[in-house]
Amino acid sequence: MNAVVKRFPVRLDVRRGAVDMTHGSGGRAMAQLIEELFVKYLDNEMLRQANDQAAFNVTTGRMVMSTDGHVISPLFFPGGDIGSLAVHGTINDVAMSGAVPLYLSAGFILEEGFPLADLERVVASMGRAATGAGVPVVTGDTKVVEKGKGDGVFITTTGVGVVPDGVEISGDLARPGDAVLLSGSVGDHGVTIMSSRENLAFETSIESDSAALHGLVADMVAAVPAIHCLRDPTRGGLATTLNELARQSGVGMVLRENTIPIKPEVTAACELLGLDPLYVANEGKLICICAPEDAGRLLTVMQENPFGRQAAIIGEVVDDPHGFVQMETSFGGNRIVDWLAGEQLPRIC
Amino acid sequence: MCLALPARVVSVEDDTDMATVALGEVKKEVSLALVEDVQVGDFVLIHVGYALNKVSPEEAELTLKLFAEAGLTGKGLP
Amino acid sequence: MKYVEEFRRHDLARELAAGIANEVDPGRRYNLMEFCGGHTHAIFRYGVQDLMPSSVKFIHGPGCPVCVLPIGRIDNAIALAEHHGVILCTYGDMLRVPGSGRKSLLKVKAAGADIRMVYSTQDALRIARDNPGRQVVFFAIGFETTTPPTAVALKQARAEGLGNFSVFCNHVLTPAAIQNILESPEVREMGTVSIDGFLGPSHVSSIIGSRPYEFFAEEFQRPVVIAGFEPLDVMQSTLMLIRQLNEGRHEVENEYTRVVTREGNLKAQSLVAEVFELRRTFEWRGLGLVPYSALQIKESFAGLDAEKRFDVPTVTASDVKGCECPSILRGVKRPTDCKLFGTVCTPDNPMGSCMVSSEGACAAYWSFGRFRQPEIPTVRESVA
Repeated sequence: MNAVVKRFPVRLDVRRGAVDMTHGSGGRAMAQLIEELFVKYLDNEMLRQANDQAAFNVTTGRMVMSTDGHVISPLFFPGGDIGSLAVHGTINDVAMSGAVPLYLSAGFILEEGFPLADLERVVASMGRAATGAGVPVVTGDTKVVEKGKGDGVFITTTGVGVVPDGVEISGDLARPGDAVLLSGSVGDHGVTIMSSRENLAFETSIESDSAALHGLVADMVAAVPAIHCLRDPTRGGLATTLNELARQSGVGMVLRENTIPIKPEVTAACELLGLDPLYVANEGKLICICAPEDAGRLLTVMQENPFGRQAAIIGEVVDDPHGFVQMETSFGGNRIVDWLAGEQLPRIC
Repeated sequence: MCLALPARVVSVEDDTDMATVALGEVKKEVSLALVEDVQVGDFVLIHVGYALNKVSPEEAELTLKLFAEAGLTGKGLP
Repeated sequence: MKYVEEFRRHDLARELAAGIANEVDPGRRYNLMEFCGGHTHAIFRYGVQDLMPSSVKFIHGPGCPVCVLPIGRIDNAIALAEHHGVILCTYGDMLRVPGSGRKSLLKVKAAGADIRMVYSTQDALRIARDNPGRQVVFFAIGFETTTPPTAVALKQARAEGLGNFSVFCNHVLTPAAIQNILESPEVREMGTVSIDGFLGPSHVSSIIGSRPYEFFAEEFQRPVVIAGFEPLDVMQSTLMLIRQLNEGRHEVENEYTRVVTREGNLKAQSLVAEVFELRRTFEWRGLGLVPYSALQIKESFAGLDAEKRFDVPTVTASDVKGCECPSILRGVKRPTDCKLFGTVCTPDNPMGSCMVSSEGACAAYWSFGRFRQPEIPTVRESVA
C-alpha cells in the first residue's frame, strides 16, 4: 500500500464521509484513506513499509497459495461480516492443504458512495480476524468503481502458507474404506445470511460459523500426518463438496444421515424455506477423509479443538463406478446426495 | 405440493390480523386472514406467509397411535 | 419441531413397514398414484420405497404446480417483464422454469428485466406500495392451497386502492386434474397404465376438505386416502389403501386428520369464491386442455387482473422435442423412459418442467433415486 509518511492537514471524516472516486485515483486522498483507515487496522511491520509489495523470507519445503473473491449481501450479519469472512475464507483455503498459513494480501473494490464508517467497520473486523488468526495482511490494493457498478465493497484475499514435510493432502486421495469426518454442524452460515435478507424475514438466534480453521488443521496434521483429503464445505454445502471429492478421487461415498450434526434452528429454517441443509453454505467447517485406522484418533483430536467440538464420523468412502454419494436416511431408506443444481432458491412447493 | 409446516402461535396482533409463529427456534410473521379464532399456543399450518388451518393436537395423537397399532400387526414376522 | 419430528421416526417406520409387509396380498400388485409432488418428494427424500414390499409401486402424479404450468403461460410472464416494463413478483419456484427458446425468468432477469422473488403475496403488495410509479404484477401459481393467499392480496389491494398492483392468475384445481387422469384412455383402456388407488393431497385438502374426492371414489371405484406429507403419513396411508384394496372397498379415508376435515377451511373457500370464478378451460402441461380446471379473476376484481390490464395473448407453445413430461405427468411413463432423462436433461440444465421443480418426478428420480437404476448414464457436468 502506498502509505505516505507525512500527516494530512484534515483528518478523514470516517463518521460522515463516503468513498468517492478520488479514493481510488492514486492521489493524496487515496494515500490518506490507506494510512488512516487500512494501515490503522491492519497494521504490521511489512504493511508499514509502504511498498507496493511485501518482501519476506521463505523457508524450504512446499508453499501453497490460494485466492478467494468475497461478495456477500448483506455485508454485516450475525457472527461476522465481509471483512472477517475474507480473512477466514482464504486462511481456510490455504489450510486445507495441511499448510501453516503465513501471509495474506487484500484487494478492495469500493463503490462510490459507500459510507466510510461501514468501510472502517469492515477493515477493523479484518484486522481483528487477521490478528486473531496470527496471519497478517501484508500487502493490498484499493480501487473505486462508480456508483451502481459495485455492491458497496468486494474483497479479494490471497494467502500463502507452507506445508509441513511429509504431509500430502489432496482431493484425489480418497480410497474405498476411508472414513469421512465432519468438524461440526452444517448450514449455520447460509441460514444466517438468508435470515438477514429482508424479503425472507424470519428470526433466529443462529450465527454464521465463520472461523479460521488452521489451528484445528495443525492439530489434526500433527496427530495424523497421513490425512488423505481436507476441504471446507462452503458454497454448495456439504453435499456438493463431498461430490467434488468423490469425483476427484473416482470413488463413491455412503453417509449416515443421523450422524450429520445440524442445529435445530437450521433444520427449522430450512423446512420453512424448502431447502436442504446439506446444500447450505458453511464458513467454519471442514471435511476430512482418512484411512479407517486413523479415524478414531483424528476424531478425538478434532473434538478437543474449539472448532471441532461436534466433530463426527459421518460415513465412508466406497468403490462406485458411478461416483454416487449415497445416504442411509434417518428414516431407514436410501437416497442419493447429488450435486447442487442451480442456485438454492426458497420454494413454496 | 404445497410446502406448509405446523408452527406454534406465540403472539397475535388483532388490529393487523398478523401473528408471530415459532417453528422450533425460528420465528416468523404470518397473516391470520384465512383462519378464525386463533389463540396463542395453538398450532397452525403455515404456507407462503399465511396460516391455512389449525392443527388438532387430539387428532395428531390419534394418528400417532394408529402408526403404533399398524406396527403391531407386523410384530412376530421372521 | 412439534408435529414434524414425530412423523419421521425411524423406529415407527420399521414397525409400519413390517405391518405393511404382513398385510399385502402376495397374489396382487398395488399401483398407487401419489397425486402431489409433496408426496413424491417425501418418498424419495426419505427413501420410503425401500421400506415397501416389491408389490407396492408409487406412480407419480401431476401434483406440482410448477410442472403443470404450460410453456405458453411462462412465455406470457416473461413477456410481461420484458416488454411491459413491470416489476414481476414470483415465488422462487418459477424462476428457473424454461419457457420457449429455453428462456426463463432468471435469464431475463439477468438481461435486465425487473423480477423479484417473493415469499408471500404480502411481499408483492409491499413492493407495489413502495413503487407507486411502477406497475407491479404478481405471477400467481399453485393449487387450492396457494389460491387463498392470492385472494387475500386482491381484496387488500382493492381496499387500499393500490392501482399499480395486478395479478397474473394461473391457479389450478386438483379434483379436475384427478378426474382427467381417471378418464384418460390410458387408464380406462386396460393394460396401458393401472392405478389402483390414490394418495390424496394433504395441504390442498386442508382448504377444500375431503368431500370433493368422494365423487371419484364412487364413480371410478378407486380408493382415496388423504395423506399427510411426512414419511410416516405416506406409509400409514399406503397401508390404509392396501386394506381397502384387499377388502374390495373404494372409499375416501382421511389419514391427515390433524389438519384436514370433510368440509375444509370454509373461510378460505368463501374468500376464494368472492374473488375467483372457474375458467371454462385451461391448459395443463401433460394433460392438455382440461375443462373447468382453473380459476380466473372475477369481473368485480377485473381492475386488478393483469390479463385485462396488459396484452396477454394465448400462446400455444410446444414442449421440447423428445421430452416426455406430458406422459410422465399422467403416470403413463416413468422418468427413465424418457430419452432426454440424464442425457441432455438434468436439474442443472432442465429441458422439461418435471426436471425443474424438486417436486417433479424427473428431478426427484435424478437427485435422490438414480442409484436404483444403474443403467442410467451418469452425466458428469463440469462443476469444478
